[in-house]
Amino acid sequence: MAVREAEPVGSLQEVKEAGLDREDLLGMYRAMLITRGIEERGHILYKQGKIPGSFYTGRGNEAAAVGVGSAMGPNDVGTPLHRDMGVHITRGVDPWRIFAQYMGREGGPTRGRDGNVHMAMPELGLHPMVSHLPAMLPVATGMALAFKIRNEKRVALGWFGEGAAARGDAHEAMNMAGVRQLPIVFVCDNNQWAYSTPTYLSFPVEHIADRAAAYGFDGVVVDGTDVLAVYREAKRAIEKAREGGGPTLLECLTLRMEGHAVHDDAFYVPKEMFEQWAAQDPIERFRSWLRDHAELTDEEDDEIASSVKRTLNSALEQADESPLPDPAGLEAGVYAAPEDLDTPHHK
Amino acid sequence: MPELTYIQAISDGLRQEMRRDQRVFLMGEDVGVYGGAFKVSLGFQEEFGPWRVIDTPLSETAIVGGATGAALMGMRPVAEMQFADFISCAWDHLVTVAAKQFFRGRTPVPIVVRLPSGGGFSGGPFHSQNPESSFAHIPGLKIVCPATPHDAKGLLASAIEDPNPVLYFEHKHLYRRIKGEVPEERYTVPFGQANVHREGEDAVVVTWGAMVHTATDAADELAKEGTEVEVLDLRTLIPWDREKVLESVRRTSKVLVLHEDTRTGGFGGEIAATIAEEAFEDLDAPVMRVAAPDTPVPFSPPLEKAFIPQAEDVLQALEELVAY
Repeated sequence: MAVREAEPVGSLQEVKEAGLDREDLLGMYRAMLITRGIEERGHILYKQGKIPGSFYTGRGNEAAAVGVGSAMGPNDVGTPLHRDMGVHITRGVDPWRIFAQYMGREGGPTRGRDGNVHMAMPELGLHPMVSHLPAMLPVATGMALAFKIRNEKRVALGWFGEGAAARGDAHEAMNMAGVRQLPIVFVCDNNQWAYSTPTYLSFPVEHIADRAAAYGFDGVVVDGTDVLAVYREAKRAIEKAREGGGPTLLECLTLRMEGHAVHDDAFYVPKEMFEQWAAQDPIERFRSWLRDHAELTDEEDDEIASSVKRTLNSALEQADESPLPDPAGLEAGVYAAPEDLDTPHHK
Repeated sequence: MPELTYIQAISDGLRQEMRRDQRVFLMGEDVGVYGGAFKVSLGFQEEFGPWRVIDTPLSETAIVGGATGAALMGMRPVAEMQFADFISCAWDHLVTVAAKQFFRGRTPVPIVVRLPSGGGFSGGPFHSQNPESSFAHIPGLKIVCPATPHDAKGLLASAIEDPNPVLYFEHKHLYRRIKGEVPEERYTVPFGQANVHREGEDAVVVTWGAMVHTATDAADELAKEGTEVEVLDLRTLIPWDREKVLESVRRTSKVLVLHEDTRTGGFGGEIAATIAEEAFEDLDAPVMRVAAPDTPVPFSPPLEKAFIPQAEDVLQALEELVAY
């Protein structure tokens, strides 16, 4: 079973066949702009000293995140990572919650208990990541197991990076999912750098997706800067899983246009690579496509840009109004009480 | 009331929970067709089917991580480690994910991890350990160590019902050695309530798990000399019954803390420190500890006997304590 390398997406007709209308396309474009906008503003907040700790972005990964997030069904679930802000945005998280999370405020999804993109809204089907990568893959496998036990037509998505693919969790999760043919899609954001470690020091084969064959399911490699190709391949994999076809390993070849985190100037990345990445910017790529194939005009583009700007301005304001958490409540939330189980996903 | 062995009580309790709640399922290595390495789930797959009694690959990380994911989706997974020792392979999933998910995301993780623990049968360094103290240090986990068939069943029901990750340490050396009356109907034994296993006024032994029986043997021996020692079974370590421990200390003024786990960093140190903080004025003797020495669990019978606290070790310590 060889890995399949996905073709890029061409015409609007092809996109329509994949189930997207023009409104969907503009929605995805907007989600990518919001994703990048949040992270750009996060940078500013960090430099202003308003974000404690460190700060991570997914610049260059917007298409991979938004493409997969858009392909998820309403009852599907997932465990996105720190390069996958676009998934949260696509699932509908309110941007002010993210700024509040960054700043350690009570209004962030973890109420200041955790920082960065270590957050998710379970009511949107997402569950917060931990720093130990790829520890969320076995968790996503367990989610898929629950769906299989209950015969539900739902799919779990587990994200990991090409660096995290070296850890045993990835193997155990994929092996168990393969043995049980669980409804899960493993999404690898291969952004080519695990902190300072290049791919050839992380894994010895051409593609992470090559491994899928060893687990008895399909491996697909897709250009992670092509949001429409990512969407099409994610959709195929998700619907296949939903219909009982088992897991897929979807490897998105993507970019890390910044350092590992804000403190890292990425001196180890060759200058030519940054130049090449700038030319491959997924947002620019999608904008050109929309102009060429979906009649995106300058006026419309400007309008989207200013509406994104307004959204982010008011989000930032709202986040800033959110109070810092009260230390008196620190010890209260370590253990759950029976009534905490009274949530939609526990019923 | 029927008399069951400790292992029968665990099976009985688990079967009852699976019958009453469709969300409860068991996963682990060899738990299905084989019925588990110790036969706790013998016959379960016939009754509940292969998707509620799931034979997994040899993948502790995926078992505990998978249980967490299934719990987040509303299931009530019971994961079996074939031996408690193998939980080290799933440390990350208990400590990094399950223990912290509610604190961070307000999503409870109601999982039970069953851990056949303890030595006494030449299991050697990797099939005999009592790792409860390592996990007692991790906020977010609950820790249960039943000593009797009655508690084994009732604490298992409570563990499955609890909205948090619960480590259920079932002592292998008690499996077929200890019998007791166990109600047929469902009942729960609440967490954090210690039980006076043996009454006495002259001193108290605070302990849990298999050591409850070792302490009782020692206390019975001492009773022949007219000294009556209380044996207080903690039953659960997280949460632990501080009030009852302190009450016994105040009443008897002399306390021995006993555990099968190794001494340094063992949970006994936490108990001793709490007594020193809260009941110093009530003590007529320093708090004593009897625990395994700080070595891996040895294999050869004379070495293992020297490692695991024996009734004669406890007796000797109690004689010193009473005479102080």
